[in-house]
Amino acid sequence: MSSNKIKWSSWPLLVPALALLAGILLVPLADTFIRSVSAPGTYTNLLTDGVTMTVLWRTVVTAATVTVAALLIGYPYAYLMTRVSPRARGILLVIVLIPFWTSVMARNFAWIIILQDGGPVQSLFAFFGAEDVVLYGSTAGVTIAMTQVMLPFMVLPLFSTLGGIDRRLLLAARGLGSSPTAAFWKVFWPLSRGGVMAGVILVFTLSLGFYVTPALLGSPQESLVAQLLAQRTTLLLDFAAAGALGMVVLVVTLVLVAWANRMGGTVSAIGVVAASPPKDR
Amino acid sequence: MTTPSTPRRRYTKVDPIPWWLKAFGGLVVVFFILPTLFVIPMSFSDATTFQFPPQGFTWRLYENFFTNPIWLDSLGNSFLVATLTAVLATTVGTAAAVALSRLQGRVAQLVRTLLMVPIVAPAIVVAVAVYIAFLGWQLTGTVLGYVLAHTAIAVPYVLISVTGALGGFDPKLLRAAASLGSSPARAFVRVTMPLISRGILTGAIFAFIVSFDEVVLALFLRSPLFQTMPVQMYNSVTVEIDPTISAASSLMVVAVTIIFLLPQLLRGRVRRR
Repeated sequence: MSSNKIKWSSWPLLVPALALLAGILLVPLADTFIRSVSAPGTYTNLLTDGVTMTVLWRTVVTAATVTVAALLIGYPYAYLMTRVSPRARGILLVIVLIPFWTSVMARNFAWIIILQDGGPVQSLFAFFGAEDVVLYGSTAGVTIAMTQVMLPFMVLPLFSTLGGIDRRLLLAARGLGSSPTAAFWKVFWPLSRGGVMAGVILVFTLSLGFYVTPALLGSPQESLVAQLLAQRTTLLLDFAAAGALGMVVLVVTLVLVAWANRMGGTVSAIGVVAASPPKDR
Repeated sequence: MTTPSTPRRRYTKVDPIPWWLKAFGGLVVVFFILPTLFVIPMSFSDATTFQFPPQGFTWRLYENFFTNPIWLDSLGNSFLVATLTAVLATTVGTAAAVALSRLQGRVAQLVRTLLMVPIVAPAIVVAVAVYIAFLGWQLTGTVLGYVLAHTAIAVPYVLISVTGALGGFDPKLLRAAASLGSSPARAFVRVTMPLISRGILTGAIFAFIVSFDEVVLALFLRSPLFQTMPVQMYNSVTVEIDPTISAASSLMVVAVTIIFLLPQLLRGRVRRR
């Protein structure tokens, strides 16, 4: 069997996957796009209807807050993962992966219990004297819950990058008279930027289009773009307007992901870490 | 002068893990795990709302989960859809992974990237587009519709895990099989398959979980006659205020934890043997 023959016999194997992708994803998306541009004024309405821009801005702020919080929490954790013994690393990794694969509904329901009126978080605040802290139905509550749900998407790409950094470089910097802090910021941090970029883009884009947490923990008065999209589709049946809004979200997401991908393989990084069993690394 | 143990001791002194980093890591572990654990005490509560702390102790919610036809049917539907999705996505994804492992160049790279799009495309946008299209094709609320939509988003996970397994596969083995008179199909079944079986199995499990847990597409594709368990859970919070969801959540948390810990425990046993 010549290698050419292997090549030509391989293309048909791709047909089912591509057909499925085209039929279920690309054709509906293209159809949505055509629908949105053939109705007059759908895109200018997004700018002028007074609701969409407010919601989009709120979504961007929320997604950015979630991303920064996830980075501040996830970076030290991923760093710690690269430092501990292999056995402890396995445990820390499973702790990331179990919530990653645990039912989204179960996790959001847990946050409803925690943040609800009279729930444990409110009692905790009341114990410290802050009587009327209501997080359920607020953007703050959505942000807290979303940070926890998104955290694995930050930790996994960070871990795969930080694990590949040669720590002897840090020791070399120390040996040359650098303080631990300076060695970290001048040597380790620059080398970890690829992973930071991957995690930041991933969490930000996923947060932009996230539906379940805002729908369950937020309120219609402070809705995020995914809720608006769902509402325009299923309640108002305004497919053209919903399509236009969806296209904006999709294009922003894909542009950010493509950009991050050029900087260092986000999509594959997250996939590889998430889909391979923990003991393999 | 120096004792043999000096270098090691100096190393740990120069580059120790700071105590505050360990403490912070511990807090993050709590943040990862603790919130989800709240569902477990709730699942034994006697109350008819979601009030916390839970009241009394009863198995009533579990009993309701396993006897109420609404919950039982949605559980069965989820198993049906997830199983079919796992079979279809594993077949399609494995074929694509095998093909892509043999192909190089720009077109193959483009195909690889395209097949990853479902992982990064916002679920809500995909759901809206699929919903509008499926309305026209009369696929909403059908098993076929659910399976096709879930397969489209599950294929990338199979692709990744099988590609990973193929990374350690030596293509010369296939030439050896061919030189011994084996057809490509036979060579695949007898040589390739056994060597990448763990990747395929991993992919199948992940495809199953992706489908079983998928809620956004499912919310759009549901019909009064056919809905999956995540949708029923969603309803029980938004429409019905049905605390049975805490039993359902607890069962799913325990199931995923077991699925994840089982390979570790089994492998530990194999190694010990």
